[in-house]
Order: sequence, then structure tokens, then C-alpha cells
Amino acid sequence: MNIFVLVKRTFDTEEKIVISGGKIQEDGAEFIINPYDEYAIEEAIQKRDALGGKVTVLTIGGEDAEKQLRTALAMGADEAVLINTEDDLDELDQYSAAYILAEYLKDKEADLIIAGNVAIDGGSGQVGPRLADLLGINYVTTITSLEIEGTTAKIVRDIEGDAEILETSLPLLVTAQQGLNEPRYPSLPGIMKAKKKPLAELELDDLDIDEDDVAVKIETIEIYLPPQKAAGRVLAGDLSDQVKELVSLLHNEAKVV
Amino acid sequence: MSKKVLVLGEVREGSLRNVSFEAIAAGTQIADGGEVVGLIVGDSVAGVASELVEYGANRVVTVEHPHLKTYTSDGYSQAILAVIEQEKPDAIVFGHTSLGKDLSPKIASRLNAGLVSDVTEIQGAGDDVVFIRPIYSGKAFEKVKVKEGVIFATIRPNNIAPLAKAAGRAGDVSSVSVDITNLRTIIKEVVRKSTEGVDLSEAKVVVAGGRGVKSEDGFAPLYELAKLLGGAVGASRGACDADYCDYSLQIGQTGKVVTPDLYIAAGISGAIQHVAGMSNSKVIVAINKDPEANIFKIADYGIVGDLFEVIPMLIEEFKALKVGA
Repeated sequence: MNIFVLVKRTFDTEEKIVISGGKIQEDGAEFIINPYDEYAIEEAIQKRDALGGKVTVLTIGGEDAEKQLRTALAMGADEAVLINTEDDLDELDQYSAAYILAEYLKDKEADLIIAGNVAIDGGSGQVGPRLADLLGINYVTTITSLEIEGTTAKIVRDIEGDAEILETSLPLLVTAQQGLNEPRYPSLPGIMKAKKKPLAELELDDLDIDEDDVAVKIETIEIYLPPQKAAGRVLAGDLSDQVKELVSLLHNEAKVV
Repeated sequence: MSKKVLVLGEVREGSLRNVSFEAIAAGTQIADGGEVVGLIVGDSVAGVASELVEYGANRVVTVEHPHLKTYTSDGYSQAILAVIEQEKPDAIVFGHTSLGKDLSPKIASRLNAGLVSDVTEIQGAGDDVVFIRPIYSGKAFEKVKVKEGVIFATIRPNNIAPLAKAAGRAGDVSSVSVDITNLRTIIKEVVRKSTEGVDLSEAKVVVAGGRGVKSEDGFAPLYELAKLLGGAVGASRGACDADYCDYSLQIGQTGKVVTPDLYIAAGISGAIQHVAGMSNSKVIVAINKDPEANIFKIADYGIVGDLFEVIPMLIEEFKALKVGA
């Protein structure tokens, strides 16, 4: 099995968002592997251990993303590839990301590509299905179970809380939903080994991509924080009176019931 | 300039979903006086087509085929791309549902187009249309525009108000015949886990439990309250990690992002990751034993108390009000 995992470096979920100069402040923020991508890495490692083969983790970003790739290698991935767009591109949208990934993957003969179902920063969930379309392979999103026998994949996917059971064939791209597995923490020997595992760095030139090919289709005009909520009202008094007051407030003041 | 907008009507268990009516309203705004064409895909769906017209579509196109009975990205994309080829819309709107999320990137890729996902607000109209969407799970928002090509957006349920229904409003309904072939995925079965039948992402009322619910059984009163209010049950990551409930209920930065009219957080402390998934709800009620819990900082109304005392009392009070009855 030749398995690729798409990984994105994102803000730690604990981080508050601060905007200055129209941009989200990254100074001092902690970064992590997008949580859904951790499920993807774990699933890839499990499939390789069961079926043999190789796991390559792949990301687009700057030098800083090496840290997340090393973490994936420490978890057990075999190789890592960073497509460094720092010097070439000011902005990237889902169209351009999928295009770049497809140019890299088109001659790699991937049997299985696993990604997180959504990145918790941009939150669009587009890149996986777009990439599958560009590669001409099948895809299944938000999966919670994956069994592979030969070239057949038996999958359970989460559709708004219900479970859809389906069968399809490799080569295949899937996106991971929570519940797929329990991602492991990198072990100390894993961290030591990761330092020696191959991490290749490519730029757009290496992929014969012209900057115009990946011009964004979507332009961000403004980024802003949600309006601050006014402090709420904590009710007081006897508990049963509080409940009565709450129902009355919801009905008469907020008018939501 | 006015635009021709194609809007996907999503049928679930024989009925159009609410988000499809919201999508018609979104399409009407983008159209800026242009034509709004509804599109319904399935095996036998022509019966609901007129409802899209009643909600504001000028006309409706249907594609019916036995292979479209259950959703597959292969089948639906063939049907929809055939209609796009015929209609040549300037803009396309889907709901940001499980189906919309799965299908829209593939269609956008085929059209070599950008796609604005998970839109919560549309400003302007026609050529000047801009979209507002949450980023960082609602910790921030971005305003974007489409630079070139087809304007394609998916809209988040419960955020854009549908137009008033005009019963009896007339509009043409036509069918397009598409040969659906080469389906690479076979759907074996769909196991319904959402027992109450109200989808969390579309629910007007969400009753969510956290670690304070203490057990799987502890969710029973939450389900009772949700059912009474016609809502759905959600949970914090803490409750899911503790195996009190299925991960499909999880609300937060990982998990679902919801924006109901009323969000009742019971036994939820209000970690930043959870708040990201629900802070844009219209009205938030917090019930927690700990008066210092972070959830009270974002709640509109709070009760400091044991949820197992408060929720049964709430159920009685709502019953007395005859809500949902």
C-alpha cells in the first residue's frame, strides 16, 4: 500500500484569535497538526502495519510546518514532503492547494490518500474532494471506519449523525471524521527515529507549476472578530423560581420558545 | 448586473430540507433581479418541485434516475453537471450539509471554479455580492468575494432567513434526462442513529450536555427536553470522550458548529474549544453547578444549580407553557 496523508499546520485549539493590521496574529501562537489530520495519520499507520507499504505525509506551507511533519514522522509515518510556497505565493485558496497537491501526486501511484475532513482554521473541507477529482480517483468524506481487502474498501461514513455503510474500490481518497480511531502520541524512540527519516522540501518550480496556474479564485476582503456578547444574566432566588423566570424570559423576552 | 442562479434543493426522506429554502433566499439575493432556478435530483422527486417555487424559485429543473435514489458523489455530480451545462448559471448555491460538503468541491473542481463554503451571511447583490463565513470555527469571520468565474457558495443551515412561502405560486417544472453511469461507490445501508429525527446542524433548539451529565443515562432528561422543544441533543468533547454519547453529537472546534435559536448548555464548563462551536447561537442558557464556570460568561441566561434538578423542572415549566404540544 502506497499511502499518502495530507496534513495541515493549524493554530492550537486553545488559542484565542487576535487580529492586527487586518491579519490574524501568529506571533507567539502555538501550532499543532490539524486535529482531524491526526486521525488520518493514525489510520494510515494502522493500515500500513496491517497491509504493508509506506506512509508519506504531505503538507503545503512554510519552513515552520516541518515541526508538524516531524511529529507525524514520530507517530510512525515513513517519509515527509513539504511543498514550500513561502517564497512563491502570498495567498492560497482551496483551488490552488488542490492543484499543487495534484501536481505532486499525479505520478506517485497512491493507493490510498487520507486527509482530515476539515481544517479547523479555514474550515472549508474542500481540498480532499477537489484533489480526488483532479487525480480522477474516487473519494469518501467524513469516514468513521475503513476496512481494506485487496482493492475493495468497506467504509462507514458519518452523515449528520447517521452512519452510511458503503463499498468502493482503490485508489481512493478518504477524509477522516472523529471516531475513526484514537491517534497515538509520539513515543520517545519514535521522536528519536523521526529525526533521521527523510523529509523532502519542494518548491513550485520543482513541480513545474507556474504562479499563474495557482492564482486564487477567492479573495479575502476583511477578517474580523465576532461581536462581543454582553455579559449574561445569572438568575437568583429559589431554584424553582429561577426555572419559572427562565422559561418566562425565553418565551417573552428572547422569544425563542 | 442581474445573475442566473442555480440552487440545489436537497430532499431527505421525501421532503425538501429547510436549508434548501434558505438557499433559494440566498440565490434570490445573488440573482439581483435575475432568474433563480431550483434543481432537484433523486429517483422520484418531481412531487416536491413546486415547493421550491413557493419559496421563491422562478422555475425548477428535476433530474430523476433510479441510480440517484441514494446520494453518491459520482451519480449526483453527473446529474448536476449536465444541468449546469444546459442552464449555464452565473452562480450556484448549495446547503452546507453533509451532502453539500461532499459534493460541492467536486462540482467546483469540474467547473475550475472557486467555492465559498459555509456562508452565514450574504451582503450586496449581483456583481457586488460578498460572503461572510466563519473561520477558526467561529472564533473569527472573513468577508470574501469570488474573483472570477462562477460564483459558487454553500450556506450554513439556520443563518439566512427563507423568503415567505407563497402557496400556489406558479413556476415551470421541467425534467432533464441524464444517463447516470459508472458509479464507483455502492451504498449498502444507512443506519439511523439520530433517533429523534431532528438534525443537530439544522435544529432550532439544541440541548447539550457535558461532563456534568455524568453517564450515558444522564442524557435521558436532556433528550426529553430536546424532544419537547422540537430540538436536538448535542454534547461537549468531555462527554463524548467519557463515552456518555456518540461523537456525532460533539459540538466544538472539533465536531459540529451549531447556531440554533436556543442553546441550552447543561453541565458544560465552557472550554474555548466548545464555545467556538456554539457561541454564535442566538440565545444561550447555561446550567452549571459551578458559578465560576466559563460558560456563564457567554450565556444570556444562567442558572447555578444541578442540571438533574433544573432540567426536570424546566420540562414541567415548558409543558405548562404547552411548547411544542
